[in-house]
Amino acid sequence: MTTPTPALACTGLTKRYGALVANDAVDFELLPGEIHVLLGENGAGKSTLMNMLYGMSAPDAGEIRREGWTVTLGTPTDAIALGIGMVHQHFMLVPVFTVTENVMLGAEVTRAGGVLERRKVADELRALSARYGLEIDPDARVDTLSVGQQQRVEIVKALYRKARVLILDEPTAVLTPQEADALFGVMRDLRAEGVSIVFITHKLREVLAVADRITVMRGGRIVGATTPSETDEAGLATLMVGRDVSLRVEKRVAAPGPDVLVLENVCVEDHRGIEVVQDLSLRVRAGEILGIAGVQGNGQTELVEVVTGLRRAARGRLTLLGDDVTRATPGHLLDAGVAHVPEDRHRHALIMGWSIADNLVLGRHDRPPFARFGLRRFAAVAENARRLFAAFDIRGSGPEATCQSLSGGNQQKVVLARALSGTVRLLVANQPTRGVDVGAIEQLHREIVAARDAGAAVLLVSAELDEILGLADRIVVMYRGRVVSEVDAGAATRPALGLAMAGGVGAQGV
Amino acid sequence: MERRRLLFIAAIISVLVGVAAFVGSARVPPLQIIASMLSTTLAVATPLTLGALCGVWCERAGVVNIGIEGTMLTSAFFGWTAATALATFTAAPAGLCLLGGVGAAVVSAMLVGLLLSVLAVTFRVDQIIAGVVVDLFAVGVTGFLNRQMMFEHGGLFGGVAPQSAGVMPHVRIPLLADLPVVGPIFDQQPIAFAGLLLVALTHFVLFFTRFGLRVRAAGEHPRAAATVGIDVRAVRHRSVLIGSAIAGLGGAYFTLESVPSFEPLMTNGRGFIALAAMIFGNWTPLGALGAALLFGSAQALQINLQFFREAIPESLSFLQQSSIVGLLPYVLTMVVLTGVVGRTTAPAADGNPDDGRG
Ligand SMILES: Nc1ncnc2c1ncn2[C@@H]1O[C@H](COP(=O)(O)OP(=O)(O)O)[C@@H](O)[C@H]1O
Ligand SMILES: [Mg+2]
Repeated sequence: MTTPTPALACTGLTKRYGALVANDAVDFELLPGEIHVLLGENGAGKSTLMNMLYGMSAPDAGEIRREGWTVTLGTPTDAIALGIGMVHQHFMLVPVFTVTENVMLGAEVTRAGGVLERRKVADELRALSARYGLEIDPDARVDTLSVGQQQRVEIVKALYRKARVLILDEPTAVLTPQEADALFGVMRDLRAEGVSIVFITHKLREVLAVADRITVMRGGRIVGATTPSETDEAGLATLMVGRDVSLRVEKRVAAPGPDVLVLENVCVEDHRGIEVVQDLSLRVRAGEILGIAGVQGNGQTELVEVVTGLRRAARGRLTLLGDDVTRATPGHLLDAGVAHVPEDRHRHALIMGWSIADNLVLGRHDRPPFARFGLRRFAAVAENARRLFAAFDIRGSGPEATCQSLSGGNQQKVVLARALSGTVRLLVANQPTRGVDVGAIEQLHREIVAARDAGAAVLLVSAELDEILGLADRIVVMYRGRVVSEVDAGAATRPALGLAMAGGVGAQGV
Repeated sequence: MERRRLLFIAAIISVLVGVAAFVGSARVPPLQIIASMLSTTLAVATPLTLGALCGVWCERAGVVNIGIEGTMLTSAFFGWTAATALATFTAAPAGLCLLGGVGAAVVSAMLVGLLLSVLAVTFRVDQIIAGVVVDLFAVGVTGFLNRQMMFEHGGLFGGVAPQSAGVMPHVRIPLLADLPVVGPIFDQQPIAFAGLLLVALTHFVLFFTRFGLRVRAAGEHPRAAATVGIDVRAVRHRSVLIGSAIAGLGGAYFTLESVPSFEPLMTNGRGFIALAAMIFGNWTPLGALGAALLFGSAQALQINLQFFREAIPESLSFLQQSSIVGLLPYVLTMVVLTGVVGRTTAPAADGNPDDGRG
């Protein structure tokens, strides 16, 4: 049997960032009309590889072939001209532009004098979206669209440019399970039309659902190639991480105690004054993990900010261990035993240029044992770092190294270690394992469960349904700033939660 | 522009025109004062409009330009120098000398713009620093050259009496200029008219053409522009050059349209007020025009009050202090920038050196 000429292929592709080899002599083949999954942990080098295949960055060595012909991709324009389209991990859409403007940008249709033919392009988009079942409104402004809709715009943008090779970089990271399923349907339709697709993900379940072939990357290299029929989730996980990992969290049944955090009719406004949390009531008890599921941007961020004192509730009441903390400051809450693992560790948790040891005492740096009479006590800081390095298995070149030098997983261990090193009554963990490798996730999850078992109340916010299902004892789903569903973890099912996350009917009856 | 801001601008202008008419009514018929106020407002708003348009072009592409003041000062100087040199050393008619002056003003402004865009776009220097460099550079260069040329031995005009080319002639728009009350508005000098035309042109190009779409994409999400094959740097360079050329026309206003002479520091902060007009105008050409007229009316009040200072009633004697009225444009600037008249939104990538490369 002869194999067909690959639609897109590369050999020996290498990319270095300083001393880091992000792609090390990568060979990759995309056959015509296949869905090819590229699987790998965060930082494995998947985006780096695809950026080179899309002309976004220049390889240091190696060769790229399109339908057998060696090509040089200097800029995305070259790739677009060769029928290669890419939907980036972070959407490349101008929020204040309409769908039509976004799609036509860079490939504008104009009449004399460079005047835009918006109407004409909008009509073309309607035809295109009807043909592929990608429902979009060409005249809508992109910032009014949901994430799923924005993704459709990105795909239409590539199809409008007549892409025959479509690269999708972690497209499902921001989707509800239903939206993800809809995307898979679109991918299959496109495949039927002869489009070749590279689908990047680190979610094992999706790989098996949609792949024709699978290539696995680790540490900048290709470490394996397989097909769904030859493997299963465990096999893929082992290949991806390089050792056996446990995908299930080991935990005992929760033994909830008294209420720790109670929210009554809380309303929160965002920076634009729009009410993003509406009339929300919930409670978290000692010794239980309350999981808040929901697609990003449904008010979770603001809710966490209110609970940790970073934002004032517009209305409603918060109580912590019976005390009214509606107007408490972050410092006060910290002293009262509220530990916080923020959503964005770079912006809100760590000072990247400081040492790990200093980051580990941040927030308590000004009091005994870490300071006395306004002077810092370095011996205590170093001792604290030694203890936490061992307890949390932080892997880096040592406590005096900067946080910058750590991998994402180890940075997150530093954040969690600091949060849990005081007396913790309430742990607020927002996306605690985002952008973290599978190996580190396992350990972060163990630590969160350990905090629960030690009697802390845990408020866990996550967009990863697997994380919620694996960790939480009770689950609430947030949609458009409201709790639309509340269930015991034992009774929760993935489809029902997914439906509630999408604001679907029957949400109450999960 | 949103209603609220439009109403605010209309209200303030009406009040200031009303004050002038009331105060001067003892000496001059109110209708005449109103006409004069409106006409002066449009005239003195010219450099603000043009400066603000420069800001719109630059910042819509993502380059913060606080060097507008320096750009206008430089072009005011070179425009005047060129026009005066032509008048002194050639037999060209005054109109041609002035035209040459405008050309020199625009070219010198574009060179200053090039300095800014090379620093800010090519070398990705902090844009505030780059703008400050332009402003300081302009003050130094114009002050130094002015001294050299006028007073030093062997300077351009050393030994000869410089021949002034005068200022731009007034242009009456037929019919409209004969209307009662509003007639004087249509009797203006060419740069003032050019300002209005450029507002319309900028609006059209930014919002209806391919180039405009790319400029705005570069200022909102440069990475998105880069991923569809747009050369963000090239777009930004062009945008800054276009804006600077327009600011050059604003500089020419000072020495070729307002008064026929150059003085060090004569732009007197107008470039910064133009920046405020751009912000208050929400980074749109039409909004910038509205805001420029607002500030212009405050300045027009100061100018008109000087004509009938003695006529000011005892009870309003504080208005005789021209310095108090002179503060008005700056006070207004501060008021509108506090956001009490509605918040504005800058282009998302304004000041962000990211151009989607490497
Ligand atoms: N522009 C860059 N500069 C420096 N390092 C980079 C850059 N882009 C990616 N890297 C590094 O290259 C490695 C691979 O990154 P990436 O390709 O984004 O991984 P993935 O997409 O598989 O998560 C990571 O260690 C990342 O930090
Ligand atoms: Mg990636």
